[in-house]
Amino acid sequence: MSLHQMTIYELHTLLTKKEVSSEEITKSVYKHIEQVETKIKAYITLTKAQALETAQVVDKKIANGEKIAPLSGIPVAIKDNICTKGVQTTCASKILANFVPPYSATVIRKLATQGAIMVGKTNLDEFAMGSSTENSSFHVTSNPWDLTRVPGGSSGGSAAAVAADECIAALGSDTGGSIRQPAALCGMVGMKPTYGEVSRYGLIAFASSLDQIGPFTKDVTDCALMLNAICGHDRLDSTSVQRERRDYTQYLKNDVRGLKIGIPKEYLTQDLDSAVRKIIEEAIDKFTKLGAEVEETSLAYTEYALPTYYLIAPAEASSNLARYEGVRYGYRDMEASDVQDMFVKSRSTGFGDEVKRRIMLGTYVLSSGYYDAYYLKALKVRTLIKQDFDQNFQKYDLLLSPVTPTPAFKFGVKAANPVQMYLQDIFTLAINLAGIPGMTIPAGFANGLPVGLQLLGKHFDEGRLLQAAYTFEQNTEFHRRRPVIN
Amino acid sequence: MIQWETVIGLEVHVELKTNTKIFCDSSAEFGGDPNTHVCPVCLGLPGALPVLNKRVLEYAIKAGLALNCEIAPFSKFDRKNYFYPDSPKNYQISQYDLPIAEHGHLDIAVNGIAKRIGVTRLHMEEDAGKLVHQGTIITSPYSLVDYNRTGVPLIEIVSEPDMRTSAEAKAYLEKLKAIIEYTGVSDCKMEEGSLRCDANISVRPLGEAQFGTRTEIKNMNSFKALQKAIEYEVKRQIAVRENGDRIIQETRTWDEAKAITVSMRSKEEAHDYRYFPDPDLVPLVITAEWIDEIKKTLPELPDARQARYVQQYDLPAYDAMVLTLTKEMADYFEAILAIYPQPKNASNWLMGDFSRLLNANQLEITASPVAPAQLAALLKLIDKGTISGKIAKTVLAEMVASGQDPAVIVEEKGLLQMSDEGAIAQIIDDILANNPQSVTDYRGGKTKAMGFLVGQVMKVTKGKANPKLVNKLLVGKLK
Repeated sequence: MSLHQMTIYELHTLLTKKEVSSEEITKSVYKHIEQVETKIKAYITLTKAQALETAQVVDKKIANGEKIAPLSGIPVAIKDNICTKGVQTTCASKILANFVPPYSATVIRKLATQGAIMVGKTNLDEFAMGSSTENSSFHVTSNPWDLTRVPGGSSGGSAAAVAADECIAALGSDTGGSIRQPAALCGMVGMKPTYGEVSRYGLIAFASSLDQIGPFTKDVTDCALMLNAICGHDRLDSTSVQRERRDYTQYLKNDVRGLKIGIPKEYLTQDLDSAVRKIIEEAIDKFTKLGAEVEETSLAYTEYALPTYYLIAPAEASSNLARYEGVRYGYRDMEASDVQDMFVKSRSTGFGDEVKRRIMLGTYVLSSGYYDAYYLKALKVRTLIKQDFDQNFQKYDLLLSPVTPTPAFKFGVKAANPVQMYLQDIFTLAINLAGIPGMTIPAGFANGLPVGLQLLGKHFDEGRLLQAAYTFEQNTEFHRRRPVIN
Repeated sequence: MIQWETVIGLEVHVELKTNTKIFCDSSAEFGGDPNTHVCPVCLGLPGALPVLNKRVLEYAIKAGLALNCEIAPFSKFDRKNYFYPDSPKNYQISQYDLPIAEHGHLDIAVNGIAKRIGVTRLHMEEDAGKLVHQGTIITSPYSLVDYNRTGVPLIEIVSEPDMRTSAEAKAYLEKLKAIIEYTGVSDCKMEEGSLRCDANISVRPLGEAQFGTRTEIKNMNSFKALQKAIEYEVKRQIAVRENGDRIIQETRTWDEAKAITVSMRSKEEAHDYRYFPDPDLVPLVITAEWIDEIKKTLPELPDARQARYVQQYDLPAYDAMVLTLTKEMADYFEAILAIYPQPKNASNWLMGDFSRLLNANQLEITASPVAPAQLAALLKLIDKGTISGKIAKTVLAEMVASGQDPAVIVEEKGLLQMSDEGAIAQIIDDILANNPQSVTDYRGGKTKAMGFLVGQVMKVTKGKANPKLVNKLLVGKLK
């Protein structure tokens, strides 16, 4: 097994035993990138020189006998909507193509403190709006399991990079499923933590009340290690929660006996692909056999999640994205005749179609005369959706569901119809509305394509998700399979 | 002919005097080289997030309490969306439907008639940046933006439409300024823009219950401008109405040079601000304990101080009002009283010559070269008869110019009062001998001649002769 194929935990052990150096690991990753990146195109920017420098610093520490953090010397990829000081951060948008942030996001500073190595910045749907990464202004990213298919989105670049071993782990962001859906489509572990658990400072906002940063990893142990690194209160983010720090590795126990798992019947709809349904049913059996108490339950407001989400998220986005007009940074249309014209032209040509569609939708629902009927109503339904989950968590420790209705689809098949694309997130976006944590783990394969399952927990109950996921992983082999890229 | 009634409401923006900005650590200090008091947050860089400065909330509550407002136990911030280059996020973080304070009032008096003006609401928001044009906004080939002021904390205070004259509006603004200054949360300097005022104005036939269509007037940069703009706008509206036309609801700007109001934009062109709760900031929960704590830090406010001056110092209401209009003046006054406990005399000098001299030299009382103890010393010199009141005016002017102690000035300039009875009598004798006509006039019953003779004595003694003594001796010799 080559170094770039290993997990954080395996590499950390090798590093502390001084059997390999971080430089060797980093070089192994970049060598592999040279071989496969032309096919995958997971990255927008690679930061090789900087990465090798950091690797040498870590190696020096190890040589000096210093204790290193779990992520020290580990190559990690970063979704290109997370600000990295001195390294361009584009959101896969023409409007930010030349933007180099003068500061780093809190998560980046946390990773740097651990001594993690940034491999590069990964592709995404423009401003994280999309479910296939086809909305990137620069290029599409291929699914490593089938190069004719999408990796999912919006964090498609991060998911594909981890799946293709172009990094050891990655960071993404999840506003309506943007970590969990691509993790499922690429056969990886992905976690959207509880809203408030990870600082959003430096994450370029799509929808502030829904956005959350989280990890992509090759297994559940790595997921716990990444969470340990990025969680915690940040005084720079008012919505970040002050709570005692936990070591998430303590939940890596092979035991689900007595765990009460609810299966929301609304998530096993007729639209669900039969192969996916079969895999979910097998996973349910597995949990039952392992000693969990599984029963059907209901999330009655499920059908309202999608319309609610597509009122709230665009409303926030229309305001969050108002700052891109070419005055201070980013793309400016130089043909404009005056400042108003500059705003209009820069935004008209700087943003892609999906972004403009959501800005218009959001502007409309916040307009006077429509606010109460749309935005305010959506906020009320959001409360009902959250209560729906709260009530279920009085009965169940966690909920289990599919992540997506189908495995990875081919390029172009949904791109022409926005609603078809939006339906990709039908099982994931209610979780962001409720603010609860959700996790994707590999659960099987349909025609050679990975299928994930989703575990949902109550607020700040990531530990229980990890334990259930770890137990499932210990008793299955799905996470060991790797795509053959050809 | 219809008699018209004017209805005025004011919207006042006050910059809070905090060290740092409302949502970040950047300096809130006035001035500075362009774009030096900035950071990712106040520049609205992608990914940056606001965090409320607790001091801003404390100051807003303090101002709200000073204006007799109810403090909201639950409040929140909203985004006001509009595109303008001085606004880096293209939305302003403000408060919409749940302001921090509501339902307050303040009391004014115009021509001795007291009136209570309602304060509808007080809310917190962030200031915008400043556009710098080369030449004028029309001819400039480009514009520069200075974001130093972006994110400086503001409170907006909205009055009820309770004012009926420009004098009432001015009195309201003066009182509001005084109250806010007293609380110490702002400098309230109109010239630096830390106090800004917009006026909503309408007219209606006297006795009509419904308000007329209003216009909003902006860009009034002084109390005088406020009064002049209101007076102009009222005349304009009445002329429009009397001409049978309708008032258009619009925003107008005061053109100081031309002394007119000019239309900026009509209601149809008005922005739809698309207010919604800012998801980056958490709602505010204000405890009664904290409100009480802040209440305890409130100083004696202008009304209370004014009442005390009338009661404790036996001053006329007018004196008490003028002296307490600014905290600095009132503090100065009380510092004099600590050394020279003669309130009315101190008040006369403070409100009269001293204020005039400061104004003439364009000095704020806080920058006065004359300390309260020095002014008190001057008043004592008059009372002891060391100098006359008339000479004291000259000495005071010298004090304001040089900052020197009055005793030193009197000594150096030889201004000591002449109280040598023999010497004065000698001078009087000479004057009486040289002005026989006046002597005859006086003795013939024309008492006015006495004034002339006193004047002659003062002329010869360069004003230093003790006036009481001169009078006494003259009366004696003319018998």
